Amino acid sequence: MDFALTDEQRMLEETLTRLVADQVSPEQRRAMLAAAPNRASALWRTFAELGLLHMSFSEDVGGLGGDGTDLMIIMQALGRGLVPEPYLAGLVLPGQLLAVTANSEQQTRWLAPLLEGEHQLALAWQEIGARYDAFTVSTQATQQGDQWQLNGKKHVVLNLEAAAGTLVSARLANGKLGLFIVPADAPGTSTHLYRTIDDQPAGDLTLDSVKLPLTNCLSEDVSDKLAEVLAVGRAALCAQAIGAMEEACDQTLAYLKERKQFGVPLSTFQALQHRMVDMHLHLEQSRSMAILAATSLALPASERDYKIAAAKAYCGESARFIAEQAIQLHGAMGMTEECYVANYAKHLVMFDHYLGDSDYHLETVSELLKVA
Amino acid sequence: MNLTFSPEEQAFCEQVRRFLADALPSDISQRVRLGRHLRADDYLRWQNILSEQGWLASNWPKEFGGPGWGPVQRHIFDEECAAAHAPTVVPFGVNMVAPVIMKFGSVEQQQHYLPRILSNQDWWCQGYSEPGAGSDLAGLNTRAVRDGDHYIVNGQKTWTTLGQHANMLFCLVRTDPDAKKQAGISFLLIDMQSPGITVRPIITLDGAHEVNEVFLDNVRVPVENRVGEEGQGWTCAKFLLTHERTGIAGLGHAKQALRHLKSLASRIQHRGKPLLELPSFRQRVVKAELELMALEVTNLRVIAAARDGGVPGAESSLLKVRGSELRQELSELTRRALGPAALPFFPDFLHGEGSLDDERAQSAAASAQYFNRRKLSIYGGANEIQKSIVAKTILNM
Repeated sequence: MDFALTDEQRMLEETLTRLVADQVSPEQRRAMLAAAPNRASALWRTFAELGLLHMSFSEDVGGLGGDGTDLMIIMQALGRGLVPEPYLAGLVLPGQLLAVTANSEQQTRWLAPLLEGEHQLALAWQEIGARYDAFTVSTQATQQGDQWQLNGKKHVVLNLEAAAGTLVSARLANGKLGLFIVPADAPGTSTHLYRTIDDQPAGDLTLDSVKLPLTNCLSEDVSDKLAEVLAVGRAALCAQAIGAMEEACDQTLAYLKERKQFGVPLSTFQALQHRMVDMHLHLEQSRSMAILAATSLALPASERDYKIAAAKAYCGESARFIAEQAIQLHGAMGMTEECYVANYAKHLVMFDHYLGDSDYHLETVSELLKVA
Repeated sequence: MNLTFSPEEQAFCEQVRRFLADALPSDISQRVRLGRHLRADDYLRWQNILSEQGWLASNWPKEFGGPGWGPVQRHIFDEECAAAHAPTVVPFGVNMVAPVIMKFGSVEQQQHYLPRILSNQDWWCQGYSEPGAGSDLAGLNTRAVRDGDHYIVNGQKTWTTLGQHANMLFCLVRTDPDAKKQAGISFLLIDMQSPGITVRPIITLDGAHEVNEVFLDNVRVPVENRVGEEGQGWTCAKFLLTHERTGIAGLGHAKQALRHLKSLASRIQHRGKPLLELPSFRQRVVKAELELMALEVTNLRVIAAARDGGVPGAESSLLKVRGSELRQELSELTRRALGPAALPFFPDFLHGEGSLDDERAQSAAASAQYFNRRKLSIYGGANEIQKSIVAKTILNM
């Protein structure tokens, strides 16, 4: 049992903390959001130079072999700064899925440039009729001679505009779930681009008789691998939410100490102190769950899914609680776009809508509940 | 990071498990399992067995006769004891006054009292709360006036747990009424046989005799029974409270209670199916499971920090608040699970010698325990006090 970070991990944490402090101030963040999301930012190039893009990939695909803790450190720092970079959606999720499905030729074409920061990708696993269920897929893939043909629609694909290619799950004629890489310029694709309410670039992807060469099929039975990578994503999201919860708590506490009413700081009122302590309790319990998730990635699938579902459900509810309290304790100021904590509140509430919300994951825990 | 125990710690776990299987008398574990009140003799028999094994004083260093365990071993020991339905060791001697005597007591006090605690010769109880001093403990009024080599003590203590069995009382008294609240308090060790001491039972709403009032009427206490300097009692009191709160999350008990609840709810039928399949009930069980998972990791974080040289601090307040809330929720769900079977009340069975048929015996204690567990968010510093401690010491508000 050990919760301490290794020396390398402490260095990683310090590097990221410094980087986020230097390059993602509220003003810098606004400028980053205003920039077109279709090409790599200066910060992304810095990530590449620092080796951060290689971190969570195994050594046999050219990565640095980082584990769940390393990913947690990175995501937590990105969450603290609300860093508007698609580290998870544009790198880790599609990249890890490539790493466990792609042959060496496909890796050379898609994974190697991803790790070098030469392009970004996206993962389109979600469909509008299926809510959070990654295995209810109506997009169809049929093989015709030496090519595949894809038809269907993918919903809320993060980082769609910037992606050089999108990994798309599709149902095969034999009923299995296949995985394909669809280049951004593939004829038959069309996109409807937008930002999410918490500022992430996303879009819907329509596939209308998209024809792909056989080499664009990454897997003809991807279910287990997809579950494995979504588990990584959920653990990473929990860590990111911890960072955002920390910052929301810190900003709220600072505000309570500084803002005066009735001639005294708000922090002297017991009703507000206890509310602030409740936020802190939710944060610390969620941190424990995020650690549980980060250290469960290598477990057998059902144990892994049980713990990660528990963590995601727990963090989802805590994140919403902290977001709502942060707004309440900032009073009317917390309702304004100008108040920086409002950005955290939006992210923390919407965190629950990525990769399955609390209800979705509570059901998983319920199904896997051990009785004896 | 990793959350698993080392091979040595796992071996220790096995050792404790084997010991409990061999040494814990089955009539005692049966009483604990059914939630019946333990008699003085039940406590003493078990504590003598632990004493013989050298495991009674699980938090003592070797120099005072403890096993010299670290925080991880103590944690494993507590969890295994709860899982085996072993009685909780009466904490007032071993876990509460002993650390104070080790830290603030004289060599003579250490040599006299500590071996007597180890051998169960003394049964200690706690003289902290008063009718007018609960959460505001420092507002206590019990007076100790110096008279030569003695203090004359007058006042009233309350909520004195298991005081009916005790022969020694550690007691906060006011020695200087003119000093600032906390500064005028001293820490005395009082023989319960002293003339002028009266113990009266307080029966709690679950029908149990767990707590008492203790009246002190011109009780003469030798000055050498004071721990630390005169006026330093508050330092001792705070030190003791931190120790009191570390085990107070009661995670071993929460785990055991959740196991029991799940097994109960899968046996009890609701419209021809196990109650655990009723969605609204199952949802609450699932949420309790999540809270327990989070608390377990939080607890391990605190234990790891203690192992690596930290001291128990305000984190124990966090554990106390969430741990007590969880245990209360589990007692609520257990009571609800039984449905109408939670209504019959058999006080004689719970604290007496009587017997009930198996089915009634299994459910007899659930409602009484639910009411008893309300104490968890009140004692050891009410949860609202804990939150104020966190606000002050962690958040600097």
